[in-house]
Amino acid sequence: MSTGSLRIALVGNPNCGKTALFNQLTGGRQKVANYAGVTVERKEGRFTAPSGRVLQILDLPGTYSFDATSPDEQITRDVLEGNYPGEAAPDLIVCVADATNLRLHLRFVLEVKRLGRPVVLALNMMDTARRRGIEIDIPQLQQRLGLPVVETVAVKRGGARALIERVDGEVPVAAPAMPDDAVSRAGLHAQVRALLDATVRMPRATAALDDALDRWALHPVFGLMILAVVMFLVFQAVYSFGKPMSDLIGDGFDWIGAHLAIWLPQGPLQGLLKDGICTGLGTVLGFLPEILVLFFFILTLEESGYLPRAAFLLDRMMLSVGLTGRSFIPLLSSFACAIPGIMGTRSIQDPRDRLTTILVAPLMTCSARLPVYALLIGAFIPMHRVWGIFNLQGLVLFALYVAGILGAMLVGWVIKHLRHDRSEHALLMELPSYRVPQPRDVAIGLWERGAIFLKRLTGVILALTVLMWFISTFPSPPAGATGPAIDYSIAGYLGRGLQYVFAPLGFNWQISLSLIPAFAARETAVAALATVYAVGGDATTNGLAHALTSNFSLASALSLLVWFAFAPQCMSTLAVIRRETNSWRNVAISFSYMFAVAYSASFITYQLARWFL
Amino acid sequence: MRLSDLPKGASAVVERVEDVQANDPIAQRLRDLGFVEGERVRLVASGPIGADPLLIQIGYTRFALRRSEAARVTVREVA
Repeated sequence: MSTGSLRIALVGNPNCGKTALFNQLTGGRQKVANYAGVTVERKEGRFTAPSGRVLQILDLPGTYSFDATSPDEQITRDVLEGNYPGEAAPDLIVCVADATNLRLHLRFVLEVKRLGRPVVLALNMMDTARRRGIEIDIPQLQQRLGLPVVETVAVKRGGARALIERVDGEVPVAAPAMPDDAVSRAGLHAQVRALLDATVRMPRATAALDDALDRWALHPVFGLMILAVVMFLVFQAVYSFGKPMSDLIGDGFDWIGAHLAIWLPQGPLQGLLKDGICTGLGTVLGFLPEILVLFFFILTLEESGYLPRAAFLLDRMMLSVGLTGRSFIPLLSSFACAIPGIMGTRSIQDPRDRLTTILVAPLMTCSARLPVYALLIGAFIPMHRVWGIFNLQGLVLFALYVAGILGAMLVGWVIKHLRHDRSEHALLMELPSYRVPQPRDVAIGLWERGAIFLKRLTGVILALTVLMWFISTFPSPPAGATGPAIDYSIAGYLGRGLQYVFAPLGFNWQISLSLIPAFAARETAVAALATVYAVGGDATTNGLAHALTSNFSLASALSLLVWFAFAPQCMSTLAVIRRETNSWRNVAISFSYMFAVAYSASFITYQLARWFL
Repeated sequence: MRLSDLPKGASAVVERVEDVQANDPIAQRLRDLGFVEGERVRLVASGPIGADPLLIQIGYTRFALRRSEAARVTVREVA
């Protein structure tokens, strides 16, 4: 037996539990990247087998067959055949199949076998199969397939033991490669049927639990009601669990800033650390809990199998505005942050539907906009009760969310009518069996989302906060100057320049200036305003709201709120659009349509508000 | 009859999938997913608006198909 490392590729149908198996094998030791130039995710991990051999595992995208034209399927095939540039052919292919769904999954196993490479078949979810009374004659299946077959239960501790022992042993002999043409493909189903007849006994064609749950979850009336309640509870949870944690983080940084001010001598260094880094980091890190709480629910609902049901219920509605039911999950993620939302559009197969979803995703109110909303609403909107039960501040916030959703529907509808291609868009979506979400898989998913956010934070956002502090502090006012110091700084000049563009929307120069860092990351608008007014001496730490009310009108505030509802998304979002669509044109479209919509909506809001208020 | 005309809860056996255009990718995908002659299918549920999409059970798998997609599948109803 060789002691060098062994490259293993994991393949299988979507929903075969391949990713859970990958997580089980590699734990957190994963490297996630993209295949060059395309948006297919490349996930690699490694572990050391009992023999001491290092196993490198590549998790390939879920695939139904090799003959379809999606990039996922093409790459999976190329990698398996060793034809993908820069990727060595795997020494061993582990084909994962859901034991409760062999009718569908065995077909792909046969396709993989015909590549003529060493293959081990992992029959996953064997515990569920047994519970449902499915009996599989494994020795017989192994003999008929001519492949080693092992049982796995990816969601159970030690559930991959048989697989590890098998791959740690001798590499199996490959079956001869077979030609791949339409005629032989058509025969695959007949082969699957013959295999099933000889080796599998199934009691009933369905799981009683799925039937019972779907009767409610997909009911035309109750199904929609359940969906509304679930969404309401998720957003409620984001505010009731996420918000206090966010506030705690913000307070923590304020405390650190206050102590730095005591230890450090007055001067530029103290200013940078306290007004620049602490205030900026505190505001921005503050969203992490809210993002994580929202993703916790999205991941849990996705793992449980409920989210595809939601997509089913909403498909027709979304189709009428040029989207698809499959857009639902990415758009829901976009309420946390558009970046994972846009990355999540990879699950949409139709390229036109995918592009529309990418273009409208940034209109969903991401959590980065919340601090801006919270600040302005808190400062300008009174705490009135409306009709005895609603709070006016809450209603305004709700209206901003609705504005984003309506905007997205309108944009989707316009794109649909501008498009000349009238050919059919496919749905063809599998609704997987319900399952209990596994804490490990949810935790790994959360870790990935959190890491994306923090990476962005440490790079772009931190640099910008420091830059903002710098341009609002230097150059220092000349000796004998009477106005606030910031009026003489670079920021003062820049802001006054931008004001020419934004004056019709009612923005003063401080706001105009804060739009620059807001373009880098929306949440920094608050930090930037705080920095500008702090450096200008107008605000103490908790007096920003007060500084705002004394510096601009309600009409300007409403206009700014509307601006943030539609404004061009942050730089990182544009970068992700570029990466995901591989086109600068889409970036330009996305930026300019949002700028136009935001500018006109804010203009109308400001002029109307000045007239009526 | 067409799969899209199947009453709710009814079972049928697939006869064939028709291409509505040359090299119809949707028809090809349906065949890959197991909609081939002799397979038993059942209409489990339908969407809230215009009874679209349809939830079709084939074997142990449930697929959401839009009506236009299901119309490509010709079936024979069975008890």
